[in-house]
This record gives sequence, C-alpha cells and structure tokens, in this order.
Amino acid sequence: MATDIKNLVTWPDDGVSRIPIQIYTDPDIYGEEQQRIFRGPIWSFVGMADEIAKPGDYQTTYIGDTPVIVLRDLEGEMQVIVNRCAHRGNLVCIAKEGHAEELTCVYHNWRYDLQGNLKSVAFGKGVGKQGGMPDDFNREEHGMQRLKCEVYAGLVFATFSDEVAPLTEWLGEEMVENIDRVVGRGMVLLGTYSQYMPNNWKLYMENVRDSYHASILHMFQATFRINRLSMKGGIKLSDGGWHHISYSIAETDKEEAEYDSKKLRAVKDGYTLADPTLVKGWREFDCGTTLAIQSVYPNFVVQQISNSLALRLCLPKGPEECELMWWVFGVPEDTEEKRKIRIKQSNMIGPGGVISMEDGVVGGWIQRGTKRDQDKSTVVQMGGRGIEPSAEGRATEVSIRGFWQGYRDCMGV
Amino acid sequence: MHGGLIVDGSISAPGDVRQLISDLIIEYAHAIDDDRLESWTDFFTDECSYRIINRENHDKGRVVGIMDCSSKGMLQDRILALREANVFEPHTYRHIVSGTRVVGQEGDVFNVETSFLVVRTMQEGDMAVFCTGKYIDEIVVAGSTARFISRIVVCDSNRIDTLIVIPI
Repeated sequence: MATDIKNLVTWPDDGVSRIPIQIYTDPDIYGEEQQRIFRGPIWSFVGMADEIAKPGDYQTTYIGDTPVIVLRDLEGEMQVIVNRCAHRGNLVCIAKEGHAEELTCVYHNWRYDLQGNLKSVAFGKGVGKQGGMPDDFNREEHGMQRLKCEVYAGLVFATFSDEVAPLTEWLGEEMVENIDRVVGRGMVLLGTYSQYMPNNWKLYMENVRDSYHASILHMFQATFRINRLSMKGGIKLSDGGWHHISYSIAETDKEEAEYDSKKLRAVKDGYTLADPTLVKGWREFDCGTTLAIQSVYPNFVVQQISNSLALRLCLPKGPEECELMWWVFGVPEDTEEKRKIRIKQSNMIGPGGVISMEDGVVGGWIQRGTKRDQDKSTVVQMGGRGIEPSAEGRATEVSIRGFWQGYRDCMGV
Repeated sequence: MHGGLIVDGSISAPGDVRQLISDLIIEYAHAIDDDRLESWTDFFTDECSYRIINRENHDKGRVVGIMDCSSKGMLQDRILALREANVFEPHTYRHIVSGTRVVGQEGDVFNVETSFLVVRTMQEGDMAVFCTGKYIDEIVVAGSTARFISRIVVCDSNRIDTLIVIPI
C-alpha cells in the first residue's frame, strides 16, 4: 500500500542544502506528507488547554489536513479524537468550539462518549423487528479514532504515532526550556486570527526558520533605524535539526536603555516614528532575550518578539495553499500597563504586522516564480551545507536545513 | 421614527448631524480608495484610536486585533511604513459603505455603525472580496465638522488573505 516515495521525487545532491522545487506543488507528495509527516512520528500542536477548560468543552482543529476534536472528557482529561463518524465518515462536531456531554453524529444519530467509544446506534435493533444492524455488530469495534495526547505548559499536543518519543523527550531539553520561559508562566489569550497564504505550507515554515532574510526583506526596522545590530544572537537546533530557536539577547539593561533613547533615528533622513512607543517595551526576561523564534517540527511556532508573545500553527490546505493560525497572548501577572504594551507591539506581527506582513506574501511569489521549473532546485547553503548549529544567527540558513533533515527523515527521501 | 419596527439600538439624530456623519464616512472611504492615504489621519481627532479586529475577538471582548493604533502618531507611522518600508504587491481597494445608523449620543459625540464591503484589486487584475464587516465609530460633531474619535473595524471573517497594509 505504501508508495515508494523515491518514484515520486529525486532529491538533488548536496544533502539538505538543495531543495527540489517539485515538492512545493506536487499533489502526490502532498498526500505522502499527510501520511508520513502529519500522521508520522511527530507531535502536533492542537490548542490551548485553558481554552478547553471545563469537562465537555471542545474545539475543532486540524492535524495536517485531518479534522480533529480537542476536548476535555467528563473526568477532566484532555482527549484528541479524529472528527469523523465511524459510520459514514461525517464530521461529528461542526462548530469551531462548544460544549457537549457526548458526541452525536447528526447524520444517523450514532452516539459516542467523550473518549470516542460508540455508545448507541439509531434503530440499531431495527424498526418493528425489521432492519437494524447485524447480530454480530460489535460497538467496541466502531469507535471514533482516538489519538495519543499530551499537555505541556498549557499546550495540547497529539500524535497518530505509536512510536514517537514522549513529548518533552521528543522536543529535547533546550526546546522545552524556551517553551517554559515563554509559555510557562501561564497564558492569557489576547486575540486570535488567521492569515491565508497562496503557497505551500513548507515555504512558510522555511521562512520562519530563515534568519538570513529578517533584516533584508523586512525594512520596517531599517527604515526607522530600530535594529539592534550590536546584540548577541544565535541559533539553537535540536538533535537531528528538527526544531529550532533563533534568538537575540541584550546583555544589560543599559543596552536596552541606549536603544530606547538613541537609536530611534531613521536610516534615511526624515524617517522617524511619530509615535515611537510602538517599539518601546520592558525587559521581560532576566536572561535578556529580546527575540526568540522557535519552531517545533513541522509546523508550530512559539514567538517572543520583544514583549509580543504568540503561538502560530501553519495548516496545509492543499499543495499550494496554507493557513497560518495565530494565538496572541499575555501572562496572568501582566499589569494593565504591560497589557497595553503587548497590544501596541502586536502591530508588528500578524497579517497586518509592520514587520511580519511580508512573510505572508513572499511564499506566494516563490510559488509563482517556480511554477514551470519543477525539475530545478533551490539553494540553501548560507553558512554551510549541514545542520551544525551556528553562533552567528544572521548569515546562516542552518535552521532551514534542519527542517529539511526532519523532512527527509520522515518522508524517506 | 422607525414606523413601529423593532430595531436594536437606533436613535434619532438631527438631519444636519446625520449629513455630517455620512459625509465623513463617505469621504474617508474615497480617500483610501483614491490612494490619498496621507490625508487618512485628517479624518481623526488629535486624540484618537483605530483598530481592525475580527468579529470573534470583538464579540469575546478580546483586545488584540490586526492593527491597533492608539494615537494619531501611530496612524501616521502606518502610512509612512506603507510608503517607505513595507514590501507588498501593489493593489487598490474599493469600499462600498452603506447602512449607517446612529446608536448613541452623549453631547456632541455620536456612536455610529456602518456596514462595509472592500473589494481588493491586484495589479495584474485579480479582484476578490477582501473584507466585509462593520465600522463601529465614535464621531464628534462640532459646528460644521465631524471627526472620528475612535473607529473600530470589525471584520466578519477571522481570515485575512495574504496581508493587510492599506487601512480599511
């Protein structure tokens, strides 16, 4: 039944530093990704536990393009269940979120408990002793598909895989540390939105891991001279390259203060922010981290840009489209003033973000630029050809190569 | 006033006030559609706010939207960034605004709601409904002028296609 993937695509030489363009458009490859990556040995982020607080609360989302229900069962345990009735495959939960004591398919009234076990079938014994299910129909064999689920720091993850390591082991110590730092104080959801992009999901995830483009494509900081080029930065890659963090650190408060007072001048004369409070924040973390973009393989992002905190999930929507889901949050201990700063800084991110809006458009341009050159490959060789982490964060594409290492591991190409 | 219809919240306002409010809302839309973006800030009072937020967040009382300007300076910075810094494919909007109603009044400040539809036209000619929703405005009418104290753009959809750089 499994396709021989090597018949679908030939990977160019040069390991993970050349990427075959075909894999951004090919529907067969897209199908294989759903099986080998999204139903493969990975943990997928599916929601925030606090948003599914009470027994019976649920949300619907996707793992890859498979619809799933994330719910809290009557015992208070989180469950992730494929949103598909075992009878005819109908979606069982239609609403984006809601509350239910049981799961009932509207089509033929098959009823499941909140662990997905089939409890009853309408007219199962027939009507007037006519019809009904066969005598040997065993309800236990017809439950909804329940996935393995773990909650860490309020983040709910699920997997189709029996083989994947436990979540924190799979993430590795460094990745868990950053999640603890950004998310571990608790999350207060400030807003959600989505950005729909005309490109393959992998082009966005490459962009997230591409520290090379940051100060080049995104001209906002350069135009208004608010780059902090003197800061230390670097890249962390998990073993095998699957997950990454790119970060900057202001070592001292003094450096922060200088930045606020002196550097708000434009590169070109005349360009200054009329209201520079947009980029004024506070030193939130003792370690001095001012920016940390973390990607959890394959499509989840934990973001700290100054005091702007967000989660992002890039959902594939066919070979040439994807949808980026955003959760913007603060922490429970935020004062009113700090909350206002987070709101203000949210102007930098999202589909209307003065810094990040370009990330929504560049993938579509690549998609169009490569349409007729499926046999060619792209070049990802800044900073080498392998996945050795680099102390210098800007002039390297090592994190992108790490993504492709994870991709090749899962896909077998 | 409403001929016996059950309406949710509409109040009556003098005709000349309605006209000033209506003119403000229409001129605002034309200014954006005609790419006179530098005049965008002129439609607001000196102390002002502008926010684009989706309906779900707005209904749930969440505070973070797609754009959030809490001062006139931030409005100016948005336009300067659009002109000088942001990278995007050239496109224009056509605003269709209709159904303005006044839902509250305190002194010379009026609470006003208006439906809108924005069609986006890309440089190669692709046209699509980019956004529909409702403006929730606080408008001050003083003498013969009306200005926005605050404008909340509530988008019906949670989704923004690709990016949003021109204000709505």
